[in-house]
Amino acid sequence: MFKDIEHLVRLAVVIAIAVVAFVVLREAVVPRSFGQYGHYRGAAIAETAARPVAFAGHDVCEGCHSDVVDQKKQGKHVVVACEACHGALAKHADDPTSVTPAKLDTAILCARCHEANSAKPKDFPQVVTADHSGGLACDTCHQPHKPKIESQEKTAAGGKK
Amino acid sequence: MDITRRRLLLLLPAAAVAWNYVQAGTPEASPNYKLSEHWWAMLIDIPKCIGCGSCVRACAEENDVPEGYYRTWIERYHVADWKIEKPDVESPDGGKQGFPPNEELGGKNFFVPKLCNHCADSPCTQVCPVGATFVTPDGVVLIDKSYCLGCRYCVQACPYGCRFINPKTKTAEKCTLCYHRITKGLTTACCEACPTGARQLADLKNPKDPIHEFLRTHNVQVLKPHMATGAKVFYNGMDGSVR
Repeated sequence: MFKDIEHLVRLAVVIAIAVVAFVVLREAVVPRSFGQYGHYRGAAIAETAARPVAFAGHDVCEGCHSDVVDQKKQGKHVVVACEACHGALAKHADDPTSVTPAKLDTAILCARCHEANSAKPKDFPQVVTADHSGGLACDTCHQPHKPKIESQEKTAAGGKK
Repeated sequence: MDITRRRLLLLLPAAAVAWNYVQAGTPEASPNYKLSEHWWAMLIDIPKCIGCGSCVRACAEENDVPEGYYRTWIERYHVADWKIEKPDVESPDGGKQGFPPNEELGGKNFFVPKLCNHCADSPCTQVCPVGATFVTPDGVVLIDKSYCLGCRYCVQACPYGCRFINPKTKTAEKCTLCYHRITKGLTTACCEACPTGARQLADLKNPKDPIHEFLRTHNVQVLKPHMATGAKVFYNGMDGSVR
């Protein structure tokens, strides 16, 4: 029995080398964190989370601009976050002196929300800007942080309803 | 400077600390964040949406979304009285610049903001052949850009049309629920920019989150519930015609 065992040994050696090569290659190629949480690269979670933010968040804004916060509290725009109108300003928050926010064009900005549209909720204040202001910038009459026009201010400014 | 025995002994601990830092790699951006303590979702209050497009613009700015592609977008529904089962839906430039007036249309009109539903049993992650997209332990569907082949299976698998192939990287892309923000304790860019509070980030594992009270007291629905995807974007006041 097993008179010519040599060829079997040779085959076993080849298979053993192949198995070792597979294990070594697999170890080298598969990322360390693969399978940490499931069938994916666990490190990808931290990589996604590492992205820098563009919107600072209104809490950061309110840390410095408390005067605007007080003003907003008196009007309906208190619920609107700063960067909803002023845009992403995390860079400004990081370096307030060299990065300053651009001046906004209220004729375009206000209309984005307040231009009349039948799909908007009925209780949301809407105007047809062409009839209402005729292209005039909204901040000619309205103060955006406290948009309701008080009656005395209205007469002083000579505004009409 | 000669290296004396004294100086070497002083240098060694400093070198050890530095080497330790090199081995540990970049420290995590949010060290206090625990994956197991969160289960993220979003609430969309349709009666509050004014279709201003702030969310779409904010998303594009926060996440460098390429022009003409959308991780979130707004649809305007027009449901004529005589065809509730076939509404007219439009989304010009994803609603990025708002919507043109449609006062003359009549019928029922409303806006529906859409984004990735971050499904708990997501079809998109199940079809990925290489494990490049996955549901994180805190319930967000993410894409591993360095692993994605760009095969587009997931783009086809998503029943909500939330995925696209980034024309530059040629890999799949979608809403990350601003994962880089929510892990730092911020809300998403779209929620931050929404002027009416129509979008609210919610953490279902946080017992103090107002979402629980809202879900108890309102009639909420998810998109395509018959597909059993475990969608976690909850819509309040959604019309039956919404697809």
